[in-house]
Amino acid sequence: MSLSINLEVRHPVLLIRLDGELDHHTSEELRDRVDTIIEERKIEHIVLSLEGLSFMDSSGLGVILGRYNKVKSFGGEMVVCSISPPVKRLFEMSGLFKIVRLEADEQHALATLGVA
Amino acid sequence: MRNRMELEFSALSQNESFARVTVAAFIAQLDPTVDELTEIKTVVSEAVTNAIIHGYEQNGEEKVYISVELNDDTVNLTIRDNGVGILDLEEARQPLYTSKPELERSGMGFTIMENFMDEVKVESASGQGTTIHLMKYLSKNKALCN
Repeated sequence: MSLSINLEVRHPVLLIRLDGELDHHTSEELRDRVDTIIEERKIEHIVLSLEGLSFMDSSGLGVILGRYNKVKSFGGEMVVCSISPPVKRLFEMSGLFKIVRLEADEQHALATLGVA
Repeated sequence: MRNRMELEFSALSQNESFARVTVAAFIAQLDPTVDELTEIKTVVSEAVTNAIIHGYEQNGEEKVYISVELNDDTVNLTIRDNGVGILDLEEARQPLYTSKPELERSGMGFTIMENFMDEVKVESASGQGTTIHLMKYLSKNKALCN
């Protein structure tokens, strides 16, 4: 049970694909890797693609909110896509959809940010 | 029929996944729905993470204790630590409240427990550790929904 993190830069967007389980333990690696790439590659927006995310808890919400705050401070935005019903429920419960946009899939999410 | 199990493990973050998967495996014998199992895994993860981060401030020498009791279609979960305890329980249970914003905690742990379980009781005092009792009724007549 771990988390596989795939990061793809489509400048100025960082596409993050998560596969596995996002909890307190795995959120630390995600935070470190994403923050490094945001700074090194001057990322403005983030697309979170969550099709393979089989489990998430409130630690996952915390790390997502933290990355949102980061891109927002540069005037960027965060878009989430391919979200499963249990993960969607946690987003709804925490009010995250008030600040993070939901799109059906990666293609739509990237298109709304001007990259395809 | 009453059926019980207990777990004791080091307060290490890599054991969060071990704890929720083990509890889910024990409860699986009651034939819960996929949603019920996800809810139980999530609340175990919340309570164990709280014990590790807040109770023990990430001191892996300490131990987290879980007991699970199955009684017909009822699941009773107890998650306990001997850590620092919670000073203000009412404040801790507020949605989005966190005592550790620097760690990017979302403050949603207790809110998730309250949403996913039928009963949540917290016993805690400064320096006395924290015990969380969680209870959930599993849905019956699942076959009718197929």
